[in-house]
Amino acid sequence: MKVIVNISLKEGVLDPEGQAIKSSLNNLGFEHCSDVRTGKQIILNLDQNSEDEVLTKAKKMCEELLVNTVIENYEINILKD
Amino acid sequence: MRSGVVIFPGSNCDRDMIVALRQITGKTPIKIWHKENDFPNLDLIVVPGGFTFGDYLRCGALAARSPVISSIKNHISRGGTVLGVCNGFQILIEAKILPGSLIRNKKLLFTCRETTLEVQNCIKNPFLSGFKIGEYLKIPVAHNEGNYFAPKELLKQLKEEGRIALKYSKQNNSEKNYNPNGSSDDIAGILSTNGRVLGMMPHPERAINYLHGGTDGLKLLTNCVEQIIG
Repeated sequence: MKVIVNISLKEGVLDPEGQAIKSSLNNLGFEHCSDVRTGKQIILNLDQNSEDEVLTKAKKMCEELLVNTVIENYEINILKD
Repeated sequence: MRSGVVIFPGSNCDRDMIVALRQITGKTPIKIWHKENDFPNLDLIVVPGGFTFGDYLRCGALAARSPVISSIKNHISRGGTVLGVCNGFQILIEAKILPGSLIRNKKLLFTCRETTLEVQNCIKNPFLSGFKIGEYLKIPVAHNEGNYFAPKELLKQLKEEGRIALKYSKQNNSEKNYNPNGSSDDIAGILSTNGRVLGMMPHPERAINYLHGGTDGLKLLTNCVEQIIG
């Protein structure tokens, strides 16, 4: 089963990369762009059949390695074919 | 004095740290490969700088899940001393040995230069006990993710518990960019609750010879060794 983990920075955590992208967008004429926040996406292939089990495993992976919960939030979605 | 330097794939300050410790102790520290979790009891373990595992996922994240980390945790629970420098600091944080987070430098620049550090009024520890509060140390930094970030409550707690060991500082008012990375409260180094673990972004091993431009790093490492020997 394919699982998508979306990781984003928590509110209040400085995102200098987002700031740099924002100023570049503004320079290109997209003045209406007032904020940019970056994040990352991780796609996992898990050999498991039950959705519950997949979600539990993916959550454990996030807590143990994939996400730094001091600064990041995450969201797990199962990719349906 | 038995010391060891941990080496991960991508560590690159291990040799400099070994040279520094050999110069101070007269003995060559043992090299600990990251897959080892069976090595003799040591007095000091140093987690050196570098770009472990290519800094993939987050700096220090993959190294912090290596087998050697549980041995480092055992060493700490036996009262052992640990110094994490730069990527080593990032690894200690990712391993949850030290709290908080080290995020991208505020100005998005890899910063490689000398910084002025001010010794803080902190709990008893082997690293800075020979220094006066407010004393300045000139030690260089070289990093891209050294911006210390912690939620407000944690910052308050660290302050109250006297665990902020070193801050970036200006010796005179003309130094405007004294904080090289945008760190909260100008934090450059923090201690564990028992004071035996120090994580710091600046590289003391890069200031051990007058040819480096200064020897304040040698002072810090020598103090640490002397305190451990007792």
